[in-house]
This record gives sequence, C-alpha cells and structure tokens, in this order.
Amino acid sequence: MSGRQRIVIAKPGLDGHDRGAKVVARALRDGGHEVIYTGLRRTPQQIVRTIMDEDARFVGLSSLSGAHNHLFPKICELLRESELNDVIVFGGGIIPIEDRQALYASGVRAIFGPGTPSQEILDFVNHASSMDCGVGSGSSWHWGE
Amino acid sequence: MDRRLLARQLSAIENGEMQVEHVEGDVIAITGPPGVGKSCIVDAILHRLSPNKKIAVLAVDPTSPISGGALLGDRIRLSVLDDKTKSDSIYFRSVATRSSSGSIPSIVRDLASHLLANSFDLVLIETVGAGQSEIRCAAIANRIVVVEGPARGDGIQAEKAGLLELADLIIVNKSDLDGSDRVVNDLTISLGLTADAPPIIKTSVVNGDGLEELAEIFSNLDARNSSKRARFRQQLLMAHESLLTQNPQFEHVLDRMSEEGLALEDALRELSE
Repeated sequence: MSGRQRIVIAKPGLDGHDRGAKVVARALRDGGHEVIYTGLRRTPQQIVRTIMDEDARFVGLSSLSGAHNHLFPKICELLRESELNDVIVFGGGIIPIEDRQALYASGVRAIFGPGTPSQEILDFVNHASSMDCGVGSGSSWHWGE
Repeated sequence: MDRRLLARQLSAIENGEMQVEHVEGDVIAITGPPGVGKSCIVDAILHRLSPNKKIAVLAVDPTSPISGGALLGDRIRLSVLDDKTKSDSIYFRSVATRSSSGSIPSIVRDLASHLLANSFDLVLIETVGAGQSEIRCAAIANRIVVVEGPARGDGIQAEKAGLLELADLIIVNKSDLDGSDRVVNDLTISLGLTADAPPIIKTSVVNGDGLEELAEIFSNLDARNSSKRARFRQQLLMAHESLLTQNPQFEHVLDRMSEEGLALEDALRELSE
C-alpha cells in the first residue's frame, strides 16, 4: 500500500501510563502504518537511537506525567544533533494548552489531547508526510490552529 | 558504524529501491510459536556474547492482512540495547512481513546479506511466531534454533514432522512453569530416534536457569547435515514467491481480484509474464 510510514511511538520519562500510547499505536497500525512501540520509561537518548535504527519518519511522544516541557524539546534537540532532521515529531497525553506554543517552537508539529479522534492523527500523518516539516527543517508549521 | 546510513539503506532494500549481492555468512534463525519467549531468549543470548562481536538482529512481526499496517513490538524485550557497553556493537531492526507469506519475508535474505557485507559478524533473525510447518527460515539461516515452551500439547506433538526436524538447537523456555520437564522428555525421546539429534536445553528467562549453558552452546552451534536438501528446497520456494510479490503489478492485480472478480488463473498469468 502507498503512503505507509514507519512510526515510533515512545513513552519518555518516568510515566507508567501507556493506555493512550497503545491506542494510538493500534490506530496507526489499522491505518496501514508500521509502528514500533518502545515500551515504558525510555530516556530521550534511547528514543532517538530507536528512531535512528528503525529508520522511522515519525515519532509520537506520549506523556502524562507533566515532564513534557523538558522531555519533548530534549528529544527534538537530540534528533537534530543526530542529523535526523527529516523526522516529524508529534505528541500527546496531558499537555496543557498554555504549554503548547513553546513545544511547537521546539519542533513538535502536532499535539493531540484526550478525546482526539484517531482519524485526526492519521490525517496529520498523511498530511505531514508530504510536507518538509521535519524537526530540523526550520519550518514553523504545526497541525491545528 | 554509521547507523543512520545503514538504517536508510535497509529501508531502501525493503522498498525495492536498492539491489544487494548475496553474501554468505553467519545467519541464525530463532523461531518457535508465539509467546514462548523468542525475544527474551535473543536478549539473554546477546547479554552473554562478547561486545567485540558485531551482531545484527532482524526481528520479524506480522503485517495486517487487512490494513497493511503492523505493530512491531519485539524491541521492548531487548534490555541489552540499554547496556552502554554492548549497545554500540548491536544493531536491532524491526521488520514487517508485508506481502510475504510464512514466518520470514524473502527480503530478509537481502537485509542479512547487506548487514554481513557491512562487517557484521553474526545476523540473528527472530521469526514471526511460527507453527509446525513454518520452515521458511531454512532458506535464509544456516542454523536454526527452535524455542518451545511447556503445556503446548502431549507427546504426540513432539513426534510430528516439520520444523523440529530442522532444528540445530531446541530450547524449552519457561522452565519455571510446570510441565517443562515433560516437554524436554517428550522431545528427547522423539528426537533420540534420529541419527544426528540436536541438543535440547531447558531455560527460564525469569530466573536465569540454563542461560549460561545456552550462551555456551549457542557460541559453538553446528549445523546438522540432514537438513541440507530442505534448505535448498526452501530457497527455491522463497525465490519463486519473491518473483510474484515483487512484481510491481502485485497490489494492482490483488485489487482487481477482490474488486473486479479477476480469475486466479488470469491473475497468475499476468504476474508471471
């Protein structure tokens, strides 16, 4: 099938809540993508190594612990340091609205909160895959308003 | 090693954008039914092999026959990737079966060749959870390790023909659970009737039972002679299937079969042209 992407779904930091990550992984699988799930409590370094080795085009970061302001930008920075500039980063979990602009500025291209229809995440992947919006592209685009 | 470049080349091979010369080398398949502990056994072995050895793991998980997507979850078990003294000498890659049938897609042969050509000393292939007749791994690997577990049927299961006959080593994992002694016993009796029976070893990844011995046997694993013809047979079948599935018209012909009622004979004719 066309448009199939390799997508890492990752759980950074000390956060044991993986229901959401598994639901998203499943939705992406059912949308025809190849999903690599990292398992719980990964460091930014481990996640970037996984993205590199698996040659993933997308990474979805799930955080419900409140540490997203530290972990998400750190992962974006490590991706750029590793010259994985074309990797597209999105996030989800409990991410307060007031935190989102800073995360977009750090290179995250979409944030999906609770209640997001899974089709919206698939639409984002399809849309973003045709754009030059990788974490090191210099693009300031992000999904939604 | 430039991991980024290597990873991208493997994708190109998978997507049919890069051709590879076949390279002979050390390729071992780890196979067995779903959930017996193949990934954990791979992890336990990697923890015990020397970091001076460059090892690649190709872990295969199934592609959905409905959506074409896949959830590749073998990596979760690989705690060895978190060991900084080892992780730079190990390359782990998840592979989806895509349109291939059987426990290993034919493209894995090319992926393994490319890894061997890039100075890897050993390629481990972890197959999809495989049943009694899933012997496709014989086409790619020069040695086969079969992982079994307790409570998977009575002694007659051990007598049946198929995958077990091609094993160069049999691991009965989950020895911490009841019934593993009986499985070892059944297998020993059944395979004891063959001329060059493979070693059978009992392990538990939970309590560490048998893992040191496993690493020892694994490092000096010999291929059995009796399976030579079977290997060539699988290679031939696999090559034949690749011709079909790598035909650029394959998905299009599938669509026409399911939507327009294109007959099987006509589909086959179109793909063989």
